[in-house]
Amino acid sequence: MKRLAGSILCIAAVLIAGPHAVSAMTIEKIVSPSGIEAWLVQEKAVPLVALNYAFHGGATQDEPDKGGTANLAIDMLDEGAGDLDGKAFHERMENHAIELGFQVGRDYMHGSLRALNEHREEAFDLLRLALTSPRFEAGDVERVRGQEMAALQRDTTNPNDLASRRWWETAFPGHPYGRETKGTLESVPRITADDLRSYVRRVFARNELKISIVGDVDAKTAGELIDRAFAGLPAKNDLKPVANATPSGLGRRIVINVDVPQAVVTFGGQGIARQDPDFMAAYIVNHILGGGSFSSRLYREVREKRGLAYGVSDSLVWFQRAAVVLGGTATRADRTADALAVIEEEIKRMAKDGPTPDELAAAKSFLKGSYALTLDTSAKIGAQLTQIQIDNLGIDYIQRRGTLIDAVTIEDARRVARRLYSGGLLVTVAGRPKGLTSSGTE
Amino acid sequence: MLANKCVVALALILVFATPALAAEQAGPEIADFTLANGLELVVIPDHRAPVITHMIWYKVGAADETAGKSGLAHFLEHLMFKGTAKNPAGKFSQVVARIGGQENAFTSQDYTGYFQRVPSDQIKTVMEFEADRMTGLQLTDDVVLPERNVILEEQNQRVGNNPRARLSEQIDAALYLNHPYGKPVIGWRHEMEELSRDDAIGFYRRFYAPNNAVVVIAGDIDPAQARALAEETYGKVARHAALAPRIRPQEPPPVAVRSLTLADPRVEMPAMQREYLVPSFATATRGESEALEVLAHILGSGSNSRLYRALVVEKQVAVAAGAWYDASALDQSKFGVQGSPRPGVTLPQLEAETDAVIAQVIDKGVTDEELERTKTRLIADALYAQDNQASMARWYGAALTTGATVNDVRHWPDRIRAVTADQVRDAARRWLDKRRSVTGYLIKDVSPQAEKRS
Repeated sequence: MKRLAGSILCIAAVLIAGPHAVSAMTIEKIVSPSGIEAWLVQEKAVPLVALNYAFHGGATQDEPDKGGTANLAIDMLDEGAGDLDGKAFHERMENHAIELGFQVGRDYMHGSLRALNEHREEAFDLLRLALTSPRFEAGDVERVRGQEMAALQRDTTNPNDLASRRWWETAFPGHPYGRETKGTLESVPRITADDLRSYVRRVFARNELKISIVGDVDAKTAGELIDRAFAGLPAKNDLKPVANATPSGLGRRIVINVDVPQAVVTFGGQGIARQDPDFMAAYIVNHILGGGSFSSRLYREVREKRGLAYGVSDSLVWFQRAAVVLGGTATRADRTADALAVIEEEIKRMAKDGPTPDELAAAKSFLKGSYALTLDTSAKIGAQLTQIQIDNLGIDYIQRRGTLIDAVTIEDARRVARRLYSGGLLVTVAGRPKGLTSSGTE
Repeated sequence: MLANKCVVALALILVFATPALAAEQAGPEIADFTLANGLELVVIPDHRAPVITHMIWYKVGAADETAGKSGLAHFLEHLMFKGTAKNPAGKFSQVVARIGGQENAFTSQDYTGYFQRVPSDQIKTVMEFEADRMTGLQLTDDVVLPERNVILEEQNQRVGNNPRARLSEQIDAALYLNHPYGKPVIGWRHEMEELSRDDAIGFYRRFYAPNNAVVVIAGDIDPAQARALAEETYGKVARHAALAPRIRPQEPPPVAVRSLTLADPRVEMPAMQREYLVPSFATATRGESEALEVLAHILGSGSNSRLYRALVVEKQVAVAAGAWYDASALDQSKFGVQGSPRPGVTLPQLEAETDAVIAQVIDKGVTDEELERTKTRLIADALYAQDNQASMARWYGAALTTGATVNDVRHWPDRIRAVTADQVRDAARRWLDKRRSVTGYLIKDVSPQAEKRS
């Protein structure tokens, strides 16, 4: 391979081990020859490299009347770049079993790469082409736009999409967080190839770039690979600022009529910022209320005891400029009102009394023990490390996390439960729920 | 968000398209052994993280239900969380949650599986619980009846609310003239509504036994340790004396080109889907299943596939086009082709263009370049799989409950490597015969009575 000059400086290395280790891995902070920082986990068991990275600037960067721009841009990145047309680009990927993934969220563009060791240089070269010189040729743009329009059209009768879309529009009117990242049937046709180029030019830059790399690769080689893909990017991004926001419409219920046998419910309210000192307490309390396990209060009351739904859960969702608690369920039309009443009652009860000490202890135990399960594949480790960088939690966060959880007292939990669940809910329902109508003022 | 206790959809497309490692490749040393009571264990060591994926796969699925009881295998899967004499309802889940584990379960036509992902020092706990509920399940109507409502809501969520899932259900029902694969795993609603406690217990006693199960353990554990723990837990469960062989009614030779149309008022994007009756790995002659695997990839996987290039890029008659093959079935399986037309293109036009692409493969075969690219991709998948202990466990479990062996899975890359262009063309010629297929159209229902449907 082509050797690049410069040295790799190892700034910090955190070994996660010991009696209560979540993982035996070591995270190194490395700096590439051109000065790009990344977190590295060397893992020799499987001969592959997994890269995960994020650029600040997602769908929030779309013009208000051109929602879906970032989404369309990233969908086009592997449809032809540099001197390769889409067909040639895909052939190069397939010939070497290279995987490139691109995703756009509200605040960030997330990317991933996976390659076998023998093809990793080719993989990082293709990534460079995709990030620095996507072609956005007219015919390709129209084809991909057509696919996205077809999907949006299909969503117009999809109850999940209808309930979710209305929830976000109502919670964040006029704010970028109120728009779906994929845009609308009205906005997507307005997007031009220049808009796509502008997105790439403004967002794909070296500052605010978060990189995690996991695999059978040493620090020096990792730095060289990173430079292959990212060194040619502009030094600084050019982002439109995003205003702070809090969800509005709390206390409202909106029913969207659509002819489906089962009504889909989205509910949510004010959340908690990731940097808030109460975040961990809130995270634990919400796990007890409606987190993913089979023992949450909502799961027990709505599903186990009453059989009202197949699934019900809620979670904390945080952005750079807002935070919400968001949940959902799907129930038969003649029992939707019952299910909603149970959910609202459970939320009220949690706000009033908080969790019991037993529930708190069980939740802490779960959240500590289950963390290792989010770190058992290269791709999962990469994604987790990138998120920790985005959230600015520090390279030792994985090590500190258990202590942060243990530090939450029952008093903290009660106080934070009150804070988190007293603000009221915005509820959207898509379907034909019996006896349930829109209510509350706009 | 809503993913607990799931039905494995009929098309577990990549179960075989991504497993295992070539014998000569440096993968983990996989152990495979059987306890005295007939329970088979597969151990896949992976010491990178201190976690273990523990799965038990029962060799029973929806295709083993008696007529009139559709949905029973899946209903029982839900009821398996309702407690035993030793461990009352909810205890197992509470313990799994307390130790920071994850758990879930799934049902397909051929198997029913339960899994926990736990810190490695907790493996014995989950093995004890799982061994206990292998024969100790206790059910009362207090828990059975609300759970029946849960599976009815699951049916609504997966099928009732989803026109595409409704179409697939209709195509399966039309494709299988005699075999129970024609019934949905989730069940037909009118039969689900009548399922009882006695149905569930009867089914459980018939099929749940150590000699009708495979335990797959992947992660931070050594085979010797796994074996010792298995002897202490599962080893104490008595074998089932009278386990019936898995013989289902088989398909007659298909002779008629079949087509159907499903109209649903919520359809905003029409679609065409076709399924051919083809061999599974278990029923195929040597090399045939692998050739179908390669064929499905060349025909319809990714944006350089034949269907995508021709229909989406060149002729621009479709917004989506693809193909798939499901190798992991105990009996005859399915090869699928699907597409969604661009606005202004009719489904018959799309179908004709699809047929033209298939006809070309039947007539001229595939190129060496396509063949090599596909093999590289499929074989690399086997290597990527080693990065994920849960995927490894799933692939071995699915294979071993659908007629394959550990060695079959291990040597899968070698068999893919051996596929020739002639074999791919022959597979297309022999199996992609329209008389073996059902073609379904999904269209928007614009009739006035549609509004009254509930």
